[in-house]
Amino acid sequence: MSETAYHRLSLALFALGVFLVLIAWYQVFVVVPTERTMGVIQRIFYIHLPSAFVAFFAFFVVFVASVAYLLTRRLRWDWVAASAAEVGIVSCIAVLITGPIWAKPVWGMWWTWDARLTSTLVLFLIYMGYLLLRHYVDESDRRARLAAVFGILGFVDVPIVYMANRWFRTQHPQPVIAGGEGSGLDPQMWIGLLWCVAAMFTWNIFLFVQRYRLERTREEFIELARRARV
Amino acid sequence: MDTLRASLAIFRKDLLAERRTKDVSTAILLFGFTVAVSFAFAFDPTSDEARRIAGGLLWLSFLFASLLGLNRSFARETANDCLQGLRLMPVDLGSIYLGKLLSNLLFMLAAELVLLPVFNIFFNLNLFERPGWLALILLLGTWGVASLGTIFSAVSANTRMRELMLPMLLLPLTIPVLIAAIESTTILLRGLPMREAELWIKLLAGFDVIFTVLAWLLFDSVVQE
Repeated sequence: MSETAYHRLSLALFALGVFLVLIAWYQVFVVVPTERTMGVIQRIFYIHLPSAFVAFFAFFVVFVASVAYLLTRRLRWDWVAASAAEVGIVSCIAVLITGPIWAKPVWGMWWTWDARLTSTLVLFLIYMGYLLLRHYVDESDRRARLAAVFGILGFVDVPIVYMANRWFRTQHPQPVIAGGEGSGLDPQMWIGLLWCVAAMFTWNIFLFVQRYRLERTREEFIELARRARV
Repeated sequence: MDTLRASLAIFRKDLLAERRTKDVSTAILLFGFTVAVSFAFAFDPTSDEARRIAGGLLWLSFLFASLLGLNRSFARETANDCLQGLRLMPVDLGSIYLGKLLSNLLFMLAAELVLLPVFNIFFNLNLFERPGWLALILLLGTWGVASLGTIFSAVSANTRMRELMLPMLLLPLTIPVLIAAIESTTILLRGLPMREAELWIKLLAGFDVIFTVLAWLLFDSVVQE
C-alpha cells in the first residue's frame, strides 16, 4: 500500500472514530439507564469492558503476527506485532485503571487478587516485557525474531496463568464478586455497550495504523541511511 | 538419535566448564543462602507461621537464585564467539536447547538440594517427611523454571540489557509454576494428604511438557543469524 493510501485510510478511520466516540459518549452519559444498586459508577463499565476486548484482541494479533513472521520472515509482520502490542498495552492500562475506580465504591476496596484481575495484571507484565525486549535489541531482523519467539510463548502462557489463578483463589475465601454481570444486562445497556465497543475498536485501529506507518517509515529511513553511507 | 547425542555432548561440555570454573554453582548457592537468611527477618521464623509461608520463601529464593545461573548459561557462550561455534555444529540447533536445559536443570537441582537442609534447620520445618513427594515437586517445579529459563537466557544474551531482561521475561511467565510449586510444597509442609496437591502437580507437569516442546521448536529462531 502506498503512503497516500495510508493517509486516506487514516483520515477515514479518524473521522469514523470521532463520529463513533461522540455517539458512544451520548449513549453512556444520556441514553443508558443507571444501574439500580451500583448507581452512576456502573457507567465506567462502558469504558472498562471494551478496553478489555481491545487489549485481548490486540494481544491475539501479536501472537498471530509473531507466528506469521517466523513462517514468512517478512518484516511487515513484525511491524504488525509491535503496533498491536503497543495499542494493547495502552488498553490494558485503561482496564487496570478503570477497574479499581469502579471497585472502590462497589466492592469497598481498590484491588483484590481475584483470578481475572491477577491475570490481567500478569498480561500487562508479559507485554511490558515484550516491549522492553524490543527496546533493547537494535538490529531489526534480530529484534523481530526474538520478539516473535517471546510473543508466542507469552500468549500460550496466558490461559495457564488464568487457570492457575482460578484454582488458587477458589480454594480461599473470596471477597464480593460481581455475580453474572452479563446475564441481566438491560437491552438499552446492550446497545450502549455495542456502540462503545465499535467506537473503541475503530479508535484503536486508527492508532494501530498510525503506529504501523511509523514503523514502516522508520525502516525505510534506516534503509536509506544505509544506502547513503555505502 | 543425532539430536540426543548432540544434546548430551553439550550437556557434558557445560558440566566440564562448570567443574573447572564453578561459576554458576557458587553463585546460586551463596545467593540462595543469603536470600534464605534475609527472609528470616521478614517474619518470626520459629512460629507456626513458618509452616504456612515457608513454601513461598523456599520457591522464591530458588527462583531468584536460578536467575543468576540461567543468566550465565548463554552469557558464557558469547565470549570468544562460542555460540557461533555451537551454531556451526552439523546437527539440529534444537539440541543446543535440550543440552542446556539438562545442564541448567542439574545445576539448579544440585543447588536446591544443598539449600533444602538449610531451610529445614533455619525455619524449623519437616521437609523430609515425605521425600518421594518432595523430590517430585522439586523436579517438576525446577524443570518448569528451567524450560522457559533456558530459552529466555538465549534471548536475553542477544539484548543490550542482559541481566535486566531475563527476569523481566521469565518472572511473569513462570507465575503458574510458582503458584503450583508453592501450593503443593505448603500442602507437604503442613502434613496434609497429598491428594490435595494432585491438581497442582498435574499443572506443573502440563506446563513443563508444553513449554519444553514449544521452546525446543522455537529455539532455532533465537540462535540463528
